[in-house]
Amino acid sequence: MMFFSKITGSRPRPLSSGTNLRKKTPSIPSLLANLLLIFLALLFLFPFYWIVTGAFKVQNVAVAIPPQWFPEEPTLDNFRALFKNPVWRWGFNSFFVASSEMIGVCLTASMAGYVLAKKMFPGRKFIFILFVSAMALPKQVILVPLFTMLADLNWIDTYKGLILPAIGWPFGVFLMKQFAQTIPSELMEAAKIDGCSEIRLFATIILPLLKPALGALAIFTFINAWNDYFSQLIITRSTPMMTLPLGLATLQGEYTTPYGVLMAGAALASLPMITIFLLFQKAFTQGITMGAVKG
Amino acid sequence: MNLTFFRNKQYIWRDWIASYLFLLPALAFFSIFVAYPMLKGIYISFFSYTLRDFDFIGFDNYQHLFQDETFGKSMWNTMLIVLIAVPVVVIFSLYVAMMIYQKSEGIRSLFRGIFYLPAVSSVVSITVVWASIYHTNYGILNYLTSLFGMEPINWLGDTRTALLAIIAVLITTSVGQPIILYVASLGNIPKSYIEAAQMDRANSWQIFKNILWPMLMPTNLYIIVITTINTFQVFAIIQLLTSGGPMYATSTVMYGVYEQAFKLGNFGIAAAMGVILAIVIGAISFIQFKYLGSDVEY
Repeated sequence: MMFFSKITGSRPRPLSSGTNLRKKTPSIPSLLANLLLIFLALLFLFPFYWIVTGAFKVQNVAVAIPPQWFPEEPTLDNFRALFKNPVWRWGFNSFFVASSEMIGVCLTASMAGYVLAKKMFPGRKFIFILFVSAMALPKQVILVPLFTMLADLNWIDTYKGLILPAIGWPFGVFLMKQFAQTIPSELMEAAKIDGCSEIRLFATIILPLLKPALGALAIFTFINAWNDYFSQLIITRSTPMMTLPLGLATLQGEYTTPYGVLMAGAALASLPMITIFLLFQKAFTQGITMGAVKG
Repeated sequence: MNLTFFRNKQYIWRDWIASYLFLLPALAFFSIFVAYPMLKGIYISFFSYTLRDFDFIGFDNYQHLFQDETFGKSMWNTMLIVLIAVPVVVIFSLYVAMMIYQKSEGIRSLFRGIFYLPAVSSVVSITVVWASIYHTNYGILNYLTSLFGMEPINWLGDTRTALLAIIAVLITTSVGQPIILYVASLGNIPKSYIEAAQMDRANSWQIFKNILWPMLMPTNLYIIVITTINTFQVFAIIQLLTSGGPMYATSTVMYGVYEQAFKLGNFGIAAAMGVILAIVIGAISFIQFKYLGSDVEY
């Protein structure tokens, strides 16, 4: 097991060095394993390199064989062509939809998660099981009936239709409940004795304590909303209501060859998310692990 | 005494009501947009539901699907994608996690970030760049294989390669979350266990097999279940790269749901496909839990 040599050393260690796990033993297998890791990482980075460089290539360079690995004469023409489309509107739609979903999910999930974790009332267990089992159900399976429902409500191609259904996401409640369980009950009791109302208790004591989990959930919801391609595809109709990824997808049909324009669009659609992820990587990682890993 | 009892009861009631009020928003959104459509989906699946009519036809939609060759093909493709992608994602993520979990925080977050990039950036961006990489004439993949003297291949247009090309893209977008989870769980394993095994001169493989793997079981289970569920639902990559073609070679059940409902207007059949998909995913998740969950200890 090549990848394992890093932890244990490639050969049995003498007893005395057994405790020093971090000591580096530069053996050939571990070197090869590290090289493989770096190779895989470069492989993963390559598409992004290709998007960014492609965005600045003129058409005949973008399709040149052998490929030009770096645009020797970079151009902004692709971005000019791209912005002939309502890119700003698409970008606004994406941000508006994702932030509204984020606020909605954080608010409803923190309230529900808090009482599910900290209050005793009949039906509590049943409601929690309801949310958890819905998490395992494929979301896309409900999209056909959801679509007919939104059509009956005349919500197709509206912000309401894009935003409200996504707030029913049960994962948020689950995450919040898991985290709220760690809040000591004495805090609530003390506040109660002091005559604090439920709403004040929640707003001034519970919410601030939930902050780390809320941060993780917020970023999680935002990125999910931004990338929820299928829902957005079936709920939007008109060009001005499209989100950025959807708008970009329509360009793919429109321009069969101008790769540069597509790459410029791809760069634009992924850049905000990559930036958010890099800025909040810690909170994000926390959100992913919180629901799943015990520790 | 009677009075205190009354007061307590009143207090409890008020507490209950407050709890339900706190639950109400989440529960309302959930019931209207998740639970109700779920039930309605089952209901619709028993109807011939198109733009023109809405007639009760019992199990006809299901019967139709079981006799439909293209549905069979889609089901087969879906299974194939799951059977290939899930093990690759698990092994790949475990490998990367093993390599980085003991490194410094900076290196860890660097690699986590790199492998998470395809999952976090828009799936449309990813497919756009892969479409260009796979292109028969201008694609960089054919350029690279030509250096080894290979003939150009129409990766997405050839029935032999299209599904594999899709699976490769799917894998790159799926490993990010498992890597983060594995790194976190490996970090939770007490170092003393490994140290003790090393003192007993256990080799790397023995430590992996007897200590790390069993301790990773809960994480494995979670990762296998969520990866399976997500893989069953792959849609955007297929719609944007091949639209289910060539000759249904990359059509999946999920893509079929979209095609039936939103391209052909057969909502009844699409709903029935959705129900079948939900049952299959539910059954597989159940088996995974039952089989893999047996040695999980919390």
